[in-house]
This record gives sequence, structure tokens and C-alpha cells, in this order.
Amino acid sequence: MTALDARVPAGRYGFATVARMEWIKLRSLRSTWWTLVITVAGAIAIGVTVGINTRNANGDLTNNALAGIIPALLLTSVLGVLTMTSEYSSGLIRSTLAAAPSRPRLLAAKAAVFGGMALVVGEAASFVSFFAGGATLSHGIAAPTLGEPGVLRAVVLSGTSFCLVGLIGLGLGAIVRHSAAAGAVVVGAVYVAPAMIGGFSHSVARYLPIFIVGNSLSTTKPQSCAASAGCVQPLSAWAGLGVIALYAAVALGVGCWLFARRDA
Amino acid sequence: MIEVRDLTKRYGPTLAVDALSFDVRAGAVTGFLGANGSGKSTTMRLILGLDAPDAGQARIGGHRFRDLRWPLREVGSLLEARAFHPGRSARDHLAALAASNGIPRRRVDEVLGLVGLAGAARRRAGKFSLGMGQRLGLAAALLGDPPVLLLDEPVNGLDPAGIRWIRDLLTSLAAQGRAVFVSSHLISEMALLAEHLVVIGQGRLLADTTVAQMSAGASSLEEAFLTLTEPAAEYRAARPPVTPPIPAKEGRS
Repeated sequence: MTALDARVPAGRYGFATVARMEWIKLRSLRSTWWTLVITVAGAIAIGVTVGINTRNANGDLTNNALAGIIPALLLTSVLGVLTMTSEYSSGLIRSTLAAAPSRPRLLAAKAAVFGGMALVVGEAASFVSFFAGGATLSHGIAAPTLGEPGVLRAVVLSGTSFCLVGLIGLGLGAIVRHSAAAGAVVVGAVYVAPAMIGGFSHSVARYLPIFIVGNSLSTTKPQSCAASAGCVQPLSAWAGLGVIALYAAVALGVGCWLFARRDA
Repeated sequence: MIEVRDLTKRYGPTLAVDALSFDVRAGAVTGFLGANGSGKSTTMRLILGLDAPDAGQARIGGHRFRDLRWPLREVGSLLEARAFHPGRSARDHLAALAASNGIPRRRVDEVLGLVGLAGAARRRAGKFSLGMGQRLGLAAALLGDPPVLLLDEPVNGLDPAGIRWIRDLLTSLAAQGRAVFVSSHLISEMALLAEHLVVIGQGRLLADTTVAQMSAGASSLEEAFLTLTEPAAEYRAARPPVTPPIPAKEGRS
């Protein structure tokens, strides 16, 4: 077997080389860039609209400026799904696995590259939304600054949510494999189910991803419920971050387990 | 170079590959023949680790495919259907694959030239014709300059000049000492291309022989193939129905 081995240089393919492949794949699709541009522009536009329509300084102005984060996350979660499912719909998965047969390594590289990009784009969307939303405040309302209590945390964690919700999408894509079905599952699980469950059970609602993003991560001070009986006490910002990270880890873990066991 | 031993794969109640064993040697083109649905593609998927066998194993140069250190530099493969994203250019597709195995970037342009796609390198691969898609798949297989090639129906969609070109290419790759394993159901093509033959039917080995030996006892390789696979053919056209003659009207005059 030395004839075969002699031709091949030392070393072996690994996480770094597979991550390089995944980065080339991600950046060489025009749809990736369009989706990201619309994500950032949409988040900023909503923050600006809310800023213009703010009449008084009673609410959480930081949370107002970050109002576009949740709609923008929809696109990121679907992009995460497609990063996995388009491999199957196009047949590319055969080429990919012929180049990198270790499936856990492949999924880890995909998660690192896609998660890293979603984090950078999410932070950009979050910071620009925050400043743009603040700049459009009128009626003598002072824009919030990053030095005020909880503000920097809210802006940074809102950006982080793009990475984590995107990875939930990637994991679901590895579990479901069909683009339309996986897209429906991620939209259903992240957006539709919370609206329904939230109406029935307030104690469950606070663990739902979108509720966490809206009420724990993107606020300077998770609201207190002392006043009304029906109100849901949200998780603290850091507990909320931990719960969403756990969801992403479970989705990727189950996705990886199935990916490694199923025929491609 | 490729050793297949007792390979078995079941999809539900169907036994797609049944205790299949054969070797593919270096320095020759080995043809892989069988009727539609006989298990050729499944066998190739099992060798490449895309599907997991229920029993048996396939080794390439003594290793399982998933244990290869630089898969693309050790085995080049082309499976039957398209295996690229329609929105990505041929060059980006190959550049991504090259990066995964530390293959220098200049090799991408080399193989694009080799398969005749240099002029279409920047076009989105989704716009490619069937033949161009096959050429891109072949470029991916040749990217790592591998000593072993596995090609499933490589002449699919190619025009006569393309078929002649791929025949000459595969023959010269084998002459360089590589193991070339090519499946096809085109017997006439195999007669021109292959030296060795592995013939299967219903997932079982029917013959492991040379083209010369197989065609010796029959009027042609095609006749020999049909005689061999007839009992094992899974999908067979019904005999043309015999139309009963229309009875002449009994005239009464």
C-alpha cells in the first residue's frame, strides 16, 4: 500500500482545512450576501422607524432601537437551515463528503464558519440599529449611550442572538435535511409556537427563544412584574443567553448524531 | 487498490448489495457492469462511505475511505447525479473542494482546462448542460491527482467527441498506473474502454473477468452480458404483446 501513501504529502485534512472549504462555499453564493444585507438593513430600518415615532422617554429606549432584531433573526435562522439543507437539495453533499468524510468534523466546521459570520453581522446590525435608532429620537428625548447601565450588554447580546439562533437553524437543517420542511420547523419553533404557547402558559413563555431575545437579551433591565398578576417575569439577560445557547447546542448535538449515523 | 469484501446493504426489505467481493487493480480500467437497479451505484456509495454497509467492508489501499488522510488526493470520485450547488461558479466549487484537502489553488485552473471548462469557469454551474455538469464532476474527481478513480456512468450526457475524449483520458490515467473503476450500462463503451470487468446482478457478483474472456464464448460482449445477466435482471420489459388476428367477418352472401 506504500505506492498510494508515497504520493500523498504528510499531515491530513482537518478542522482548519474543512473550515476553509466552508468559508469559500458560504462567501461564493450571492444569496448569502443578499440575505445578510437585507438582515442588517431591515434591523436598522425598524430601529429608525421606532425612534422617529417615540414620543416620550418613559420606555426602554435601547430596547426600542433594537426592535428590528427579532424580525431580522428570521432571515438568519433560515440562512442557517439552508447552509445544511442546500447540500442535500443540490447533491453537493456527495462532493463535500468525498472531500471531508468525517461528519462531526464537517458539521463543526460549518457551525464555526456560519456562526462566526452570523456573530459579526449580528453585532453590526445591533450596534448600527442602536446608534441609528438613538439618532432619530426627537421631542427633546436624549439618545441612550453605551455607558448607561445595561445598555452595552443589551446591544452586544442582541448581536450574539444572531449567532445562536442561526446555529439553531443549522442544527435543525442537519436533523430535517429538506429545505422547505426544515424552514417550516425553524419558523414554527422559533416564531409561531411562542405566540401560541405564550398565550396559554406564561411560565413556559419565558423559556422560548424569541421571548428571551425580546425580553431578556435586548433590554437594559428585564421588566419586573410586581404590579400585574398576569405578567411574565423574564429570565435575566445572562440566564436567557445560557438557555438559547443550550438550545443551539442541543440542535447541533442531535443534528450531528443523526448526520453521523444516516446514509447521506 | 480497491478491495471489496462481503459487502452487503439492505434498504428496507430490498437487498441492494448481497455479499459482494471483488478487487480493482492499479494500472487498468475495470468496468463495472450491471442492469438498471443491479446495485452498481449503491456499491460505489458504500465504497465512498456515503452509505454504511450492513455487513462486509470496502478498503482503498488498505484503508477505509473515512480513514484516508487526504481523501481527494487518494480517491477521485464522480457519482451519477450532479453534486454541486447551482448558484456557485465552477471555479468556486472546485476552489472550496481544493481548500479542504490543502490542494494548491492553481490546480483548480489546471483541471478546468483539462476538462474543457476554462471558458465557463466563472459561470454559475446551475446553467450548465448535462455534459458540462459531467465535466465539472470529472474535474472534481481529478482535482487531487489521485491514484484511484471511481466513476459512475461518466459518459452520461457527453457528445460523441466528449465520449472519445473521456475514453482516451481514462485509458491514459490507467496507463500511468492508476486504478480506474468505471460503471456503465453501455456495453459497447465498455468493450472499447475496459480491460477487466466486474459484472453484478441483483447485488450479487456474476463475473469477475477480462473483456477478452467474457466475449470469447459469445458472438459479442453484449450477447455475453445479456446471457449472463438475464436470470438476474430486475427490471425487464414485457414481451411485446401478441395481437390476435382480427377474425374475418363471416360473410353471408
